[in-house]
Amino acid sequence: MASYDECLQIIRELAEPFADEGVTIEEESVLGAELGLSSLRTLELVADLEDRLDVSLPLNALPGVRTVGELARLLEKASGGNEG
Amino acid sequence: MKLFEKFEALAATREHLLAMGPLPFGVVTERILSPTEGIVEGRRTILAGTNNYLGLTFDPACIEAGRQALTDEGTGTTGSRMANGTYAGHRALEEEIAAFYDRRHAIVFTTGFAASMGMVAALAGPDDVLLIDADSHASIYDGCRLSGAEIIRFRHNNPEDLAKRLRRLGERAARTLVVSEGLFSMLGDQAPLEEIVAVKDEYGAALLLDEAHSMGVFGERGRGLAEARGVEDGVDFVVGTFSKSLGSVGGFCVSKHPQLEIVRMASRAYIFTASPTPSIVASTRAALRLIRARPELRTRLWENARRLYAGLAECGFELGPEPGPVVAVFVDDPERAIRSWHRLLDAGVYVNLVIPPATPDNRALLRCSISAAHTPAQIDHIVEAFANLDAAAGAVAGTA
Repeated sequence: MASYDECLQIIRELAEPFADEGVTIEEESVLGAELGLSSLRTLELVADLEDRLDVSLPLNALPGVRTVGELARLLEKASGGNEG
Repeated sequence: MKLFEKFEALAATREHLLAMGPLPFGVVTERILSPTEGIVEGRRTILAGTNNYLGLTFDPACIEAGRQALTDEGTGTTGSRMANGTYAGHRALEEEIAAFYDRRHAIVFTTGFAASMGMVAALAGPDDVLLIDADSHASIYDGCRLSGAEIIRFRHNNPEDLAKRLRRLGERAARTLVVSEGLFSMLGDQAPLEEIVAVKDEYGAALLLDEAHSMGVFGERGRGLAEARGVEDGVDFVVGTFSKSLGSVGGFCVSKHPQLEIVRMASRAYIFTASPTPSIVASTRAALRLIRARPELRTRLWENARRLYAGLAECGFELGPEPGPVVAVFVDDPERAIRSWHRLLDAGVYVNLVIPPATPDNRALLRCSISAAHTPAQIDHIVEAFANLDAAAGAVAGTA
């Protein structure tokens, strides 16, 4: 179970090697346009995040994810962090 | 028109490619001469990107069967399998493909794409889970979208990752369809089927295996990679195509489960399209007989594949992980790959150009597919054309 803030922190850590150099990863950062992540890179990042939190993110949920914050919310939900 | 705005990036790519010479995507074979040669850009060209693995497209028995059916049964059925489009030949082909795979049930679809898309979409519903290899074919991804099921990817050819994801599903693993392919069409790598079957059995999931590129290629009887690895009993559904080793067009699913007959009534890709033409059905049946009768075709295919793989490896190219009928040459820079593709065509060799995002990673591929009908001299010509890329252009990235 991971909180939203923990998910955010994990994304920052794992996205850094994938993101364009010198880019700051903020909650509002758009994964493609601002971080420079291609769709392939985004899926690689998702796989790394899944491993870290021991969850599987359904592909169906990903089209609704545009920003780092939205990805953190999805991870939080998948890890059971927002239950109750 | 506003509708076309989303294609602007694609249009720019197309313009860029056209500026470099003939468009690599949809190149015209002005005249087809044999399973391995055609006239392209006015030049006699060795075809090394066709999926014509057993070289049966010009086989006299297949041609004659098709010609006879065309004469006897006409040019098309004009209807769905569910309506007027099931002739005796369609039913006979289903019986023969089921017998070939030693399964009791078979469905024949109009294309291979429709078979894999239609089966995936029909088998899984909103309460189910599709657990697919990340490098799955577009038809599988499209089937997933249409199914309404939860879609989860596992890392390509990685049974440990598959196991992890099945474990996370808990009781839902029993409502999960795992989807993999035998031979993967881009890199020519083979699925670790023994491990995949063991994992899905452990968690009680079902397995659909796409043998489109492995039928006729692997196994003592040419049934595919599952036969070669001795795990056919662990595969619930085999889907495949007639458009590769069998040299025609169409697709199929075979299964030991009698419920396949019900799926026939639920698969929209099966129902809402015209059935295969009688001539296609007839030439496919003839080709299926040849797979059984002429195992030497498989032997020759593998000899050719190993000859090409060894030749290109000797030149220092970075290749897909193992020899096989698909030999992929990695090129780090897509621009260089496009230039190399043109040079190969100038040298009378056609291969498939694959550029991101159609590739598994961000590199481009010059993808060769080999046929039993290639002669050793043709294989050597292909290798020579690749070897000359170095001298002509400073090379394909990835060469040593």
